[in-house]
Amino acid sequence: MSTETDTSDMTEGSEPAFGRVSRSKDVAFRWLTLAAALLGIVALAALLANVAVDAVGWLTWDFLTGMPSFSNPYDAGFYPAIVGSIALMLLIALITFPLGVGAAIYLEEYASDGYLTRFIQLNIANLAGVPSVVYGLLGLGLFVGLLNLGFGTLLVAGFTVSLLILPIVIISAQEAIRSVPDSQRQASYGMGATKWQTIRNVILPRAMPGILTGTILALGRAIGETAPLIMIGAPTAVFGVPNSLFSKVSAMPMQIFTWADRPEMEFQYGVVAAGVVTLLVILLSINSIAILIRNRYQRRT
Amino acid sequence: MSTPDFTHNQARSARGVAFKALFALCAFLSILTTVAILATLLYDAVDFFAAVSPVEFFTGTEWVPSNEVYGVWPLISGTLIITIGSAAIALPIGLLTAIYLSEYASERRRAYLKPALEVLAGVPTVVYGYFALVYVTPALDRIVPIGTFNAFSASIMVGIMIIPMVSSISEDAMSAVPDSLRQASYGLGATKFTVSTSVVVPAALSGILSSYILALSRAIGETMIVAIAAGQTPRMADLTDPGGMFLESVQTMTAAMVQIGASDVVGQSTEYKSLFAVGLTLFVITFAMNLFSEWVSSRYREVYR
Repeated sequence: MSTETDTSDMTEGSEPAFGRVSRSKDVAFRWLTLAAALLGIVALAALLANVAVDAVGWLTWDFLTGMPSFSNPYDAGFYPAIVGSIALMLLIALITFPLGVGAAIYLEEYASDGYLTRFIQLNIANLAGVPSVVYGLLGLGLFVGLLNLGFGTLLVAGFTVSLLILPIVIISAQEAIRSVPDSQRQASYGMGATKWQTIRNVILPRAMPGILTGTILALGRAIGETAPLIMIGAPTAVFGVPNSLFSKVSAMPMQIFTWADRPEMEFQYGVVAAGVVTLLVILLSINSIAILIRNRYQRRT
Repeated sequence: MSTPDFTHNQARSARGVAFKALFALCAFLSILTTVAILATLLYDAVDFFAAVSPVEFFTGTEWVPSNEVYGVWPLISGTLIITIGSAAIALPIGLLTAIYLSEYASERRRAYLKPALEVLAGVPTVVYGYFALVYVTPALDRIVPIGTFNAFSASIMVGIMIIPMVSSISEDAMSAVPDSLRQASYGLGATKFTVSTSVVVPAALSGILSSYILALSRAIGETMIVAIAAGQTPRMADLTDPGGMFLESVQTMTAAMVQIGASDVVGQSTEYKSLFAVGLTLFVITFAMNLFSEWVSSRYREVYR
């Protein structure tokens, strides 16, 4: 603020090109921008406080370990949805991690800076912006229709959501690989290492914390996805845990969506609130793991 | 592209070639995904357009799938209402937030605020939809009489969700504005307000514009918030009553897809295939906007790098 001009000693003639300098306008604008920056956060905090209060009394051990119900809110349980979400997340991690890291290694370490590379890069950026409901249609047409893997199975849900978060995993893995200093690559080559040895022994270990952070954050995104699951025909409720890749699977957001549809107050303000809190707590734990990895890594370098 | 591989050992390079091919395959999978999206959408959409004329689909003003009436305009109209509503919230707030982060906030404050803002984009959209239906709508109802399902609370929630998208890309653009421009302006006696609004924002305009387009594209494709909170009433916007159209239920393209997808329509029906025709329309619109945003931001990169 040292660069500000005091208006008091200014005469009419020495007015700067920007017009009359107004200190009050400047201060008001500063507060306006701060208010804008806080608005969304405060609104979300207020809503979270509401849902936390509503969940009290509903978020019980019976809720976490019980089977879903649509008739009696006091009997409604979340267990199959929780297990379904976790199983889905593990499957998605198994698919996206190798594919995402492989693609990032190719783009950062092997690909030349030609039209094809730029095209792939642009394509990945665009895929990251495709609406999730469209990925649901892809899953429906390709995995359910063409490959006949069955409506709403764990495998179909896993493949569909994997394709959805793959661009995010690739982009974050690329950033992690790019941040490995080139001098380390040179040193490795200087020792007579091959490209693959350099990637395996030098680049991947260095980039791994960044890659893991990005992947875990993307998995957090995957756990909240609902629309693709609806499209591939995931059941509104399952009454058991998935025991094979071809089991029908539900997930936490799917269960929340179908409960939110119930007109009863006990569902809207009780059961769903408990489900939302459970989902957010699990999501928050996942994201904390990502942040922990990032912080440990940042401290070391 | 980094340092080239100077080794010439035959066995080693055979292995190297195999790994390169494997990684290349992973990268090409992204192109395959795009092709697969287009192919699956087109495959059923072509069938759909054999049964329903494209003219009816793209010009019709009535959407009643149960009566085999497929005019997409009520859905586009609903999508536009939500997009305009959420833009009215997210674009100014996101821009002001970016100005605060880039021009006013201390390093310390920015370190807390940026991740906090990113939380907004990380909340599952089904949760936002639930918030809109159960908390925002009843709260609004105390001020104006509003339907259980309405475009207003859905727009508010979509707007809050896309704020970080606007603010973070816009802030990147503003941070890239060379400091010499700010210094020159301060040298002329300008205040921070003038520097921000007359120098930094215009200089970062293409980056800001690109963030706006991307955020609008995200709003158009947003599904769960509108499916839960905006309702399932396909209707054309009543342009004579601009305020009123936010107070009633609308159906967006994505919400219509969820409605058909969640019902038990079977594989070969026209209603099932209409899913892919709407999906194709949505895909083309958002894909074009994403490309346009990419183009605008690449133009801006050329200026300052």
